[in-house]
Amino acid sequence: MSTQLKNKLIFERSREGRRGFRVPDIDVPARKPEEMVDKKYLRVHETALPEVSEVDVIRHYTRLSQKNYCVDLGFYPLGSCTMKYNPKINEVTAGLAGFAGLHPLQPQKTTQGILELMYDLTERLCEVTGMSWGTLQPFAGAHGEFTGMKFFKSYFKKQGDTGRTKVLVPDGAHGTNPASAHISGFEVVEVKSNEKGMVSVEDLKQHLDENLAGIMLTNPNTLGLYEEDIAEIAELVHDAGGLLYYDGANLNAIMGKSRPGDMGFDVVHLNLHKTFSTPHGGGGPGSGAVMVNKKLEPFLPAPTVRKKGSEYYLDHDIPDTMGRISGFYGNIAVLVRAYTYILTMGNDGLKRASELAVLNANYLKEKLKGRYFLPYDRVCKHEFVLSAQKMKDAYGVNGTDVAKALLEFGIHAPTVYFPLIVHEAMMFEPTETESRESLDNFIEVMHEIADLAEKDPDKLHEMPTSTPVRRVDQVQAAKHPVLRWQPE
Amino acid sequence: MFPYLPHTDKEIKAMLSDIGVDSIDELFADIPAKIRFKGELNLPKGQSELEVYTRLKRLAENNRQGVSFLGAGNYDHIIPSTVGALMGRTEFYTSYTPYQPEISQGVLQAIFEFQTLMCELTSLQVSNASLYDGHTAASEACALAVNSTRKTDTILYSSTIHPYTKQVLETYFEDLNIKLVELPEKAGVLDTDSVKDQLGDNVAGLLVQSPNIYGNLEDYTGLSDLLHEHKSLLIVSSNPMALGAIKSQGEWGADIAIGDTQPFGLPAYYGGPSVGYIAATEKLLRKMPGRIVGQSVDEDGKRAFVLTMQAREQHIKRERATSNICSNQALAALGNTIYLATVGKEGLKELAEQNMQKAHYLAEKLKKEAGVEMAADQPFFNEFTLALPKKAADIAEAMEADGIFAGVALNQLDASKPENLLTVAVTEKRTVEEMDRYVQSMKGALK
Amino acid sequence: MASPEKLKFQKSHEWTRVEGSIAYVGISDHAQEELGDIVFVEIPEVDDEFDAGEEVTNIESVKAASPIYAPVSGKVVKVNQELEDAPELINQKPYEAFIFAIEMTDPSELDNLLSYEEYQKTIEEE
Repeated sequence: MSTQLKNKLIFERSREGRRGFRVPDIDVPARKPEEMVDKKYLRVHETALPEVSEVDVIRHYTRLSQKNYCVDLGFYPLGSCTMKYNPKINEVTAGLAGFAGLHPLQPQKTTQGILELMYDLTERLCEVTGMSWGTLQPFAGAHGEFTGMKFFKSYFKKQGDTGRTKVLVPDGAHGTNPASAHISGFEVVEVKSNEKGMVSVEDLKQHLDENLAGIMLTNPNTLGLYEEDIAEIAELVHDAGGLLYYDGANLNAIMGKSRPGDMGFDVVHLNLHKTFSTPHGGGGPGSGAVMVNKKLEPFLPAPTVRKKGSEYYLDHDIPDTMGRISGFYGNIAVLVRAYTYILTMGNDGLKRASELAVLNANYLKEKLKGRYFLPYDRVCKHEFVLSAQKMKDAYGVNGTDVAKALLEFGIHAPTVYFPLIVHEAMMFEPTETESRESLDNFIEVMHEIADLAEKDPDKLHEMPTSTPVRRVDQVQAAKHPVLRWQPE
Repeated sequence: MFPYLPHTDKEIKAMLSDIGVDSIDELFADIPAKIRFKGELNLPKGQSELEVYTRLKRLAENNRQGVSFLGAGNYDHIIPSTVGALMGRTEFYTSYTPYQPEISQGVLQAIFEFQTLMCELTSLQVSNASLYDGHTAASEACALAVNSTRKTDTILYSSTIHPYTKQVLETYFEDLNIKLVELPEKAGVLDTDSVKDQLGDNVAGLLVQSPNIYGNLEDYTGLSDLLHEHKSLLIVSSNPMALGAIKSQGEWGADIAIGDTQPFGLPAYYGGPSVGYIAATEKLLRKMPGRIVGQSVDEDGKRAFVLTMQAREQHIKRERATSNICSNQALAALGNTIYLATVGKEGLKELAEQNMQKAHYLAEKLKKEAGVEMAADQPFFNEFTLALPKKAADIAEAMEADGIFAGVALNQLDASKPENLLTVAVTEKRTVEEMDRYVQSMKGALK
Repeated sequence: MASPEKLKFQKSHEWTRVEGSIAYVGISDHAQEELGDIVFVEIPEVDDEFDAGEEVTNIESVKAASPIYAPVSGKVVKVNQELEDAPELINQKPYEAFIFAIEMTDPSELDNLLSYEEYQKTIEEE
C-alpha cells in the first residue's frame, strides 16, 4: 500500500455518494423538514461529513489503531499514571446489555441492579480509604479535586466561617491541585518541601492562621515517598481549623497498608482508572470518585445512592448539599469495571497489588540509580524520580532525549519534567503487573541509553526513527494552529 | 492466586535480595506505626472470573428495560456495529493520553477528526478534544465567556435550558463572584424581549438551548447582534443529532456552541460516559478549555498530529489556570467519530429527518386519538412536551405496566415545573407499532 | 539592539520605555530566553484601561504562559499588530518588539519601576 493511502484523514477518503450505513426504511409519513417546522429553524449549510463505506471506516480506524502504543503491547512506566494492565473480564462485564441500555431517568425500581453496584462500590472504596461515604459522580481526577474543594467551601459556609480562603499546596503537587483550588474560589499558597523531599513542617507552620481552609496532599507524594510527618501535619492543620484533602493519584502504593482516613484526611479522591484498573482510553473517560468522612458527609453532591431496607435509591434530598456537579451520576461504565476489579482482587489481592507495585519500583530504582542521578535516595513506594540533569550537563542529553529513546526501544516514556522540584525530572512507575523479565529488559535498555549518552549523544537526539512519526514540531503547531481539516 | 500479578515466590526473593532487604514489609517500614493499617480490609477475598461474572450478570439482570421514550439529554439511538468493533481495539482503549506523539498518532488523528466534525456540525471554527458531558461543557463555556470579556461578572441563561445544567452552573459559579441571572420563558421558549433589559457592560454572555428542555426549537434571529453590541457572547447548546436538520449554532451567529454527543454512537449507560462538545469562533481559541490537537510535521516533514497550545492548560498555568480540565473523554469521542464517519453526511441528515418525522407522527396521533394537548405550540425536533390532565409521573407509571417508558416528568428534574408536564422523546429506533401502542397505553392511563 | 540601560523594568520581567506621556511595554531579554520560542502574543484591545500592576495580556511559548502586567495606570493607545503573525520578533529583538503602549494617567508611578541594574540584581537572586 502506498504511504499516501495509509496516512489519509477520513475526510480525504470521502467519495461523493458513498454510504457506510443503512438507515431503516421510514414507517411513518416521510414529510420534508420544512413541512414540519418553519424554514427559519432549519440548517442552511451542508456539513462536510465524510462519505465512506463501512469497509473504509473499519480499515481507516484499524490502521489508526496500529499507530498507537498501549498497555496491551508493552511496558508503560509513566509516573503518577499507574498504567497497570486492564483486565479483560472488566470489558466483558461492562458490556452487559443489562447495564448499557439503562436510561438515567428510568424508574429506580427498574434499575436496582446498577444502584446496588454503585452502593456496593461506594462501600468498598470507603473501606479501602477509611472513609464514611462518597460520590461516584466525578468524571475524572481533576473533577474529583474540584468536588473535594467544594466540600471545603460547603463545610466552612455551614460553619459561617467564610474567612477561610486559603488552600495550601506543596511545591511538588500535581498541577491540577492548584488549578482545582483556584477555580473553586480559593487562594493558593505553596508549601515548600524539605531536604528529604517531603512537606516541610516548619514551612507549613508559617501558614496556619484563621484564613486557612486546608491543604491538598498526595501520599506517597509525587517523588514516590511516604510523607512520614503526615500525622503531625494532619494534627496541625486540624488544630488550625483547616481540612485535609487527599489526592488519590498515588493510592496504588498503599492499599491495605495505610488508609487516608487513618492518616487524618477528611476528603479523598480516587482515580478508578489508575488504582482500580479501568482503561485510560487514550485520555478518558475515567472516574474521580470522592470519599469523605462523617464530618463532610452532609455536603455530598446530589444525588447520592442510599439503601432503605432491601431497596436502593438515589437520594436527592441532601439539605446541605454542595449542589450538582455533573449531568447524571458519573461514568457508570467505568464504575462497572472498577467494581469487577475489586471483586476479582478482593482484600488479599488489593494488598498484594500494592506490595508488588512497591517491590517493582524499588527494584528498578536500585538497578538504575548507578547510571542515573537519584536525587532522593531512600525507600520509595510505587514510583521514584530520577534526574537527567547530570547527563544534560555532561553530554547534552536531557530528559526528553531519554524519553524519546525509550520509544525507539518499544517502551513508553516515563513522565518527564515533573515534579517541578527536580530538574530534568524523569518519573517512573512500573506498577505491579510487570514481570521481572519486563523490568530487566527495561533496565537493560536504560543502561544502553546511558551508554549511548556517553558515546554517541547525537544518535539519541535523533531518536526515535522507527516510530510511525518522528519528533513533532511543537512550535509550528502552536504558532500556526491547524486544528481541523478544511474542505478544498 | 491473581492472574494479573506475575511474580513467583522465587522471583520476589531474588528481587528483595537485589534491593538489599529481607522482606516486602521492610519496604513499608517508612509508614509510621501509628497510622499503619494493621488488620485486613473488610472485603471478601478475591474470586475467579466465573464467580465475578456470575455476580455482575445477576446485577445486570436486576435492571429492567422498556420501550423507551425517555430523553432529556440521553437518547436511545441506533449504534452501528462499527462503533463497538473499533472502540474495542485495545490499541485505543488501553493507551494513555497522547503525550508522546510519535507513538500516539492513532488517538491524535482521531481527535483531530473529531474536532473537524464538531466544527462542521456547529458551523464554528475551532473545537477542543471534548469535555466530560453537556452540562459541565455549559459551565466551561460560561467560564470561557467570562475569561474572554473584560470586567464582566454576569452570565445570563434562559429558563428553558436543562434544569440539571442550571444546577451545575450554580455549583460551579457560586463561589466565584459570578452572578447567574435567569431570563424568563414565554410559551415554552426563551422570551427574547427580556434579553435587552438585562444587557450591560457586566454581562459576559447568554446561554440558551435549542431544542430546549421541552424539546422546542427557539428562534434566535437578531440575538447575536444584540449581544455583540454589548460585547457579550452568545452560547447555544444543541442536541448534536438535531444539527443534522436544524440551524446550527454558527448559523445563528453564536460565539460558542456546546452540547452532549451521547446520541452519536454511545449507549445510554445510565447517563455515562458521555461527551461534552465545545466549539467556538477563532477569536476565542486561545482561551478554550481542555485538550486541543493540532496538525504539524515531524522531523522528516511528514504530517503529524500533536497536543498543542498546552500553555493554556492547568499543568503549566497551575493556580492561574482558568479551567482544571486535564483529560478528555477520548475513547467516547472516538466512538462519536466512528459513528459520524459511518453514518456519513447523508446518513446523519436522514437520521435527523426520521427523528423529526417520527416525533411529529406520535405528537399528532396523541393529540388526535388520545386527546392530549401540547404544553406549547412551538416547533420541535425529536422531543415534545405534553400538558396532561393528570400528574405526569402517575401516567408514566401506569404506562410502564405496558412495558413503555413514556417520557420524563419534568417536575422530577425541577420541582418548580408543573406536575402535569411529560417530555416525550422519539428517536429513529421507535417503530410505528411501538408508537401506536404508546397511544393506546396513554389512552388507558388517562381514563 | 536598543539599549536596555535606558529602560525601566518590573520584577515580573516587563520593560517600559517612556516617550512623552506614552509608556511602551515589552519583555526583557532574560524573560524571552526563559520562555523559549514565543508562539503567541495576545494583542490587547486599544482603549482598554488598566491600573498599574493589573494583568493586561498574555504571551505563550510551547512550555509556558506568562501574564504581562501594566507598569503604570492608563489607557492602551497602541498595540504591536506585527506580533500577531510574527511572535518570534520578541525572541529576536526583545527590546524593540513592544507589545502595547499606555497613555499614562500618573507618570509618577514610573518611580516605582526598577532601573536596569536593579532588575539585573533581581534576576541574579532568582
